[in-house]
Amino acid sequence: METTVTKTGTEDKIWGGGNKPLKVSYGKMMMWFFILSDALTFSGFLAAYGFSRFKFIDSWPIADEVFNHFPFLHGVDAPMYYVALMTFILIFSSVTMVMAVDAGHQMKQKKVIIYMFWTIIGGLIFVGSQAWEWKNFIKGEYGAVETKGGQILQFVKPKEDGFKRVKLEEIAVLDTHQERAQHEKKSGIWYEQEGTLPTYTVNEIKAGFAKNTDLLIRTQELVPDIEALKESGNASKIAYATRLEKELVNPEERGEKAIYKREFSLDRLTNDAIGIVEGANLQHNEYGTPLFANFFFFITGFHGFHVFSGVIINIIIFINVILGTYERRKNYEMVEKVGLYWHFVDLVWVFVFTFFYLV
Amino acid sequence: MAHDTAHHESNTGRIWKVFFILSVITIVEVFLGIIKPAFLVETTVISMKLLNWIFIILTIWKAYYITWAFMHMEGETKGLRRAVVWTAIFLICYLIFILLTEGDYVYEVFKAGYKSWDF
Repeated sequence: METTVTKTGTEDKIWGGGNKPLKVSYGKMMMWFFILSDALTFSGFLAAYGFSRFKFIDSWPIADEVFNHFPFLHGVDAPMYYVALMTFILIFSSVTMVMAVDAGHQMKQKKVIIYMFWTIIGGLIFVGSQAWEWKNFIKGEYGAVETKGGQILQFVKPKEDGFKRVKLEEIAVLDTHQERAQHEKKSGIWYEQEGTLPTYTVNEIKAGFAKNTDLLIRTQELVPDIEALKESGNASKIAYATRLEKELVNPEERGEKAIYKREFSLDRLTNDAIGIVEGANLQHNEYGTPLFANFFFFITGFHGFHVFSGVIINIIIFINVILGTYERRKNYEMVEKVGLYWHFVDLVWVFVFTFFYLV
Repeated sequence: MAHDTAHHESNTGRIWKVFFILSVITIVEVFLGIIKPAFLVETTVISMKLLNWIFIILTIWKAYYITWAFMHMEGETKGLRRAVVWTAIFLICYLIFILLTEGDYVYEVFKAGYKSWDF
């Protein structure tokens, strides 16, 4: 029996077995297929983001307004500079990673150590920067008022060239007689409590708004192409265009946020405002639709988690490199495999950067 | 392992070249994103702003360089390359087409008055 099994007579044929058509080790191939599946997960998220954005295409927040902070530059409008820097840091850590892989091919342990070290540092800086972006977004800047329908009303003031955003603290007329106690677990049923109370009440904002006669309200709607709407022949679109033309200060500024004339601003605030929004969380977002915040937290969070786990895996392999594991193994393929994962994290960021910050 | 015993030459020159290309593309993207040229914003191609098309094309270009040069996809066999890249591209295009069409449809339904946004 043995002889028949060991010799099939097909060893040199292509289907004779023992052939490796992809010419790649098991580990590396599986890393590629893991990356493929992870790429599909991320595309699912980004496509869902695209869906929601198309659904609210005329009221989506403008990223330049949301992410305009830079460390140590307080009150300076710096749209996108910081994310651009973060992108560079991540791309550069990809470069040092590929340099480590390259040094590994040449069995240069010292160089692999140095390059992997810089990769890890780059990854840590990136995760830290992302945390800082989150902090700014959660904290918010100007604050806004929320309406019954969940829309956002922001405050602006005319200045020489256009309009300037106004913070809630500049508007509110504090009412010292009225104090609203925060409901806590201890003062009622044990499982009921409420979140942090906003700094101001709606009535304080309303009072301040009535007093400052140059204040106007800016909504989350983006000004549409009014001429095109009028020519569309659709009754509801024409009605919408006529209403905007009558009520807006800036009906010609296509793609900008709609700003209402004083009388209509006053009207909307007194009739519709029910709450104060400061910053963003999963239910409220002072910059516009809460969906934007949800997707931002979820997608950048999921990406940040990948960066974090990438750093951890890099550290493990880094320690192995220092211990000389791969010198003894006589190949550095492990570095190549974590390198693939690390480049993938960079690849995903390239897309997140485009769809959250640029488009 | 038989793997890679053949290529021990260094590729650092190419790595730096790719880094340079990626940096230039990123700088162009950020620059366009900040100044937002009126011409690119107002021109619409296939129901999207020309500027957004430029961003997306530049992004895919960057993705190509990262995958081909950094992840060394160019050195893999045709079989592995196609198994990974074609699968991803086909499924992603399909998903994007379906979801964006649906999103646009929902927007039109909202707009046509089934749900009032004027609270």
